[in-house]
Amino acid sequence: MRLEASVVTKHYGAHAALDGASFSTGDAARVIALLGPSGGGKSTLLRVLGSLLVPDSGGIRIDSRTLPHDEAGALIERRANGFVFQGYNLFPHLTALQNITLPLREVHGMADAQATQRALELLHRLGLEGHEHKRPSQLSGGQQQRAAIARALAPKPRLLLLDEPTSALDPVMTGEVLDVIRELAEAGQSIILATHEISFAKKVADWVVFLAAGKVAESAPAADFFTQPQTQLAQQYLEGLSKYR
Amino acid sequence: MPESSASTTAPLRRTFYTLGLFALLSATFYAVFSAVDYQWNWAGAWKYRQQFGIGWLTTLGISLVAMVVSVVLGFVLMLGRRAPWEPLRMLCSGVVELVRGSPLLVQLLIGHYIIAKAVNISEPVVTGIILLGIFEGAYLAEIFRGAVESISASQLEAARAVGFSKVQTYRFVIIPQALRRALPGTTGQLVSLIKDSSLLSVIGIEELVQKVKIMGTASYTPLEGYLPLAIAYLIVTLPLSYLARRLEGRFAYET
Repeated sequence: MRLEASVVTKHYGAHAALDGASFSTGDAARVIALLGPSGGGKSTLLRVLGSLLVPDSGGIRIDSRTLPHDEAGALIERRANGFVFQGYNLFPHLTALQNITLPLREVHGMADAQATQRALELLHRLGLEGHEHKRPSQLSGGQQQRAAIARALAPKPRLLLLDEPTSALDPVMTGEVLDVIRELAEAGQSIILATHEISFAKKVADWVVFLAAGKVAESAPAADFFTQPQTQLAQQYLEGLSKYR
Repeated sequence: MPESSASTTAPLRRTFYTLGLFALLSATFYAVFSAVDYQWNWAGAWKYRQQFGIGWLTTLGISLVAMVVSVVLGFVLMLGRRAPWEPLRMLCSGVVELVRGSPLLVQLLIGHYIIAKAVNISEPVVTGIILLGIFEGAYLAEIFRGAVESISASQLEAARAVGFSKVQTYRFVIIPQALRRALPGTTGQLVSLIKDSSLLSVIGIEELVQKVKIMGTASYTPLEGYLPLAIAYLIVTLPLSYLARRLEGRFAYET
C-alpha cells in the first residue's frame, strides 16, 4: 500500500493539529507507525488517514484512490476501515459479543447467525473465550482492548488504524495487546499505528512517519529511521524514549 | 455468621420500622384532625363514591394520554435544540423557556379561553391534554437533553468509527445509554404530570379534584373528600416510582 499526504491541515478552533503535513511512503508499506511527541498531530493524522476526520485542506491518496472530502463519502470510506483507540471505545451497555455483532448487522448488513459466528471466531482467536457475554466493565483493560480489536477486525477491514491502543494499560496488559497486534501484522493485515512503544514499532513497522508540531518531520523505511534518523528532533525523541528501556 | 444473620433479620427489621413509622404517622394525623373543631360526616361523602371513581378514572385517562404527548414532544424538542439549523434551535429553545417560565394555571386559562376558541377546539378535555402535554414536555426536553449531552465524546467517536450514520448513532448508542440516565428525572416529571392534572379543574374538566369539590358542595362535606383524594393520587404515583426504580436496576451497568 502506498500512502500519500499533501499539505494536510486540520484545525480545532484556533489550534492547528495538522499544519501542512506532507509525506509519502514506499509502494509496499504495510505496517506504518506514526511516531512523535504528544500533541504533535499523530492522532489527528491517523483519523484523517482513516476518514474519521475530513481535513480542512490538502489531500490524501491511498494507492491510486483519493479520499473524499465530504461527510457522506467519508462515511462510506471509513466503513471499510477498523479503528481502535486508547480506551473506552466499547459500548458499555452491550456485551463483548454484541459490541461486535451490532455493527456487523447494522452497518455491514450481515445476517444474525453469520455475525455471531464471525464474532465468536474472533473473540476466541484473541483469547476471550468465556468472556463473550460480559459487559466492558466486567473485563480487564487488556481484555477490553482485545475485544475492541476484535470489533475492528470483524468486517475484515482494508486498513486497521490503532491510536495508542496500549497507553492506558499496565505493562502486562500492554504485552497481551501488543502480542495480538504483532500476530495481525505478521498475518498480513495492513495497519497504521500511532504509538509511543518504540521497541514494538521497531519490531513490526516497515515504514515510519515522524510528526512534530503538526508537520511531518521525517518519513522513511523503518529500518533506516531507527538506525539513522535524519532530523535532530527524531534523534532526541528516540534517545529520550530508549533511555530507560 | 454475622452476614447470614443480617440477611435474615434485615427484612424483619424493615417491617418493624415500617409499622412503627406508620403508627406514628397515624397518631399525628389523628391528633391534628381531632384538634380541628369540625363535624366529620363520612356517610355523606360515601354516597358520592361512584362520582369519585369516575373522577379518578378521568384523571388516569387524561394523565396517560398527556404522558404520551409529553414524552413525544419532549423528545422532539430535545432533537430540535440539538439541530444543525439555527432558527429551529432558537424556536425549540424559545418554546422550552416560555413554557417552563410561566405558570401552568395561566397557560391553561389562556389556552382554553383564547387559543382553543380561536382554533375551534370545543372539547376542554382535548385542550387540557394538549396543554398539560406541552407543559410537562418542555421539562422532559431538558431532562432528555441533559442525558443525551452526558454521553461522552469517546462514545460518539466510537460510533462514528464502527461506521454508524447519525440516525444509527442515536438509535444504537445515544438513546440506550441516555435512557438510563434520563429515567429518574423522567419518572419525577411524570409523577408531577399526574399531580398537575388537578389544575385542569379550572377549565371545567371533571377530573378527580373537580369531582371532590362538587361532591363536597352537594353533600355538605367540604373537607371529607380531600383525604381519599390524596390517597387516590398516591395509589398511582407510588407504584410509578417503584416501577421506575425496578427499570433503573434492569438498565444498570458500570460505565
